[in-house]
Amino acid sequence: MMTNITLGQYYPVDSPVHRLDPRVKIVLTLALIVCVFLAHSLIGYALIFAFIFFTARLAKIPFKTVLKGIKPLRFILILTFVLNLFFSTAGNDLIRIGSVRITDQGLRQSVHYSLRLLFLVMGTSLMTLTTSPIMLSDGMELLLSPLKKLHFPAHELAMMMSIALRFIPTLMEEADKIMKAQMARGADFETGNLLARAKAMVPLLVPLFVSAFRRAGDLAMAMESRCYHGGEGRTRLRTLKLTKQDTVACLLVAGLLLLIILEGMLLPKGWLL
Amino acid sequence: MSLELKHVTYTYSAGSAFQATALDDISLTIEDGEFVALVGHTGCGKSTLVQHLNGLLKPTSGQVLLDGQDINGEGINRRELRQKVGLVFQYPEYQLFEETVAKDIAFGPKNQGLSADEVDRRVRRAMEHVHLNYDKLVERSPFELSGGQMRRVAIAGVLAMEPKVLVLDEPTAGLDPRGRDRILGMVRELHREGTTVVMVSHSMEDVASLATRMVVLSHGRLATQGAPREVFKQRELMAEAGLDIPEAAKLCQALIARGVPLPEDLYLQDELREHLAQLWKEARA
Repeated sequence: MMTNITLGQYYPVDSPVHRLDPRVKIVLTLALIVCVFLAHSLIGYALIFAFIFFTARLAKIPFKTVLKGIKPLRFILILTFVLNLFFSTAGNDLIRIGSVRITDQGLRQSVHYSLRLLFLVMGTSLMTLTTSPIMLSDGMELLLSPLKKLHFPAHELAMMMSIALRFIPTLMEEADKIMKAQMARGADFETGNLLARAKAMVPLLVPLFVSAFRRAGDLAMAMESRCYHGGEGRTRLRTLKLTKQDTVACLLVAGLLLLIILEGMLLPKGWLL
Repeated sequence: MSLELKHVTYTYSAGSAFQATALDDISLTIEDGEFVALVGHTGCGKSTLVQHLNGLLKPTSGQVLLDGQDINGEGINRRELRQKVGLVFQYPEYQLFEETVAKDIAFGPKNQGLSADEVDRRVRRAMEHVHLNYDKLVERSPFELSGGQMRRVAIAGVLAMEPKVLVLDEPTAGLDPRGRDRILGMVRELHREGTTVVMVSHSMEDVASLATRMVVLSHGRLATQGAPREVFKQRELMAEAGLDIPEAAKLCQALIARGVPLPEDLYLQDELREHLAQLWKEARA
């Protein structure tokens, strides 16, 4: 019952986007987020949407999969839209029924905020869809490594992240096994009210925690026996190298950023929302 | 209480890229009072098979019948089914969770909705069965016990439900010889008292002296089944299934190859010893 949960949302195909350096992808995703916040009009948002759409195409990811990432957020999206629409009081009334007002500013805000949220999620999920979790934590470590001078534990953080990722499937399997063992003793995880169900989790959670700690201890021991002593002087199996493709990707995103900035400067405020 | 598997096939993640057939058309009957040993190489489907016996897994196709009734059919009380067919998983000590040994063993009977007195009686009996000292251990935390003791507490947790059929998945894995002997002695006792036993094992030595019947699985298929004496004779088939034969049987066959007149189907240490002693006496006389 638990095997159908895929790890993260990595979509394993080979494409130019997948092959990009993870460091570059992280930076470019940040740049895309900046774009999303700089956009002033529907034209800007259309540009961002087009960029995301074509990147997904290039990455050979069905657009449906990108949209799936939004699904868990649909309530927040709707809430953002509705709250801003009905509760902004600034601006001129568009519609007024009793005490309920919809103002032009309110409409503008609700459209902007929900579109921003939408593109934020789409843009970042594009990164996680095309980068394996391991590559992601590698990229993270390298990007954060300048901060090591300030005693920021970049290596430890990345190591913790990869270990956590590595153990998700193991713990899932373990949870499945313990669940079955308790079911064999007549445990019931599926029926009853909320309190009964929460209580029914105890026979699952206690053994799961015990085994997680045992595994952590074992792993620490095994790492030390293989002379692990932190990140200092450690070389890596996959050395990351920037390629021409990375340069092209950077130029493309820089172009997008430029267009968005121009759009903000050239178009009068409030034109097309 | 008889268990019958009819053309049971089980496929993991059917329809996805990771599709794998774990069990392929298995038909098998386990009669009342039998001691069935389920053997096979790692990944042959043993553990998948035992999870079908109490309805934790549903066959992709085929049926599992308990006394003629389909256990995955309508109107079957799963709790009752799991009480009748007690399943002890591999490394069962990893399922312990309660504050005290008594509470942990009582988990199953309590789920059955038994009275407090009856639960207490069952905890006592189960602990007796697994040779744990009730007065000394009952209020201890199960996490303070030794590995072998923890395993016995976990087995007691299943025994306390008083199952008619006891299924054990490698109950001796990772135990020292003494712990192993304890568990096997306990299983032998339960079988004598009338419990039907199904035991998954890697160790042919364990199986040889206990089982009334052996079921050999290989790559999800039923390779052969029969009395241990019959199965151990098929040395090539066993090797094909990735299995060994007991040391006594190996020695016996090696001696026959060197011209020692011994019966071909010896597999127990005791009987081999008797035969050899007999031959020695005859040679001296």
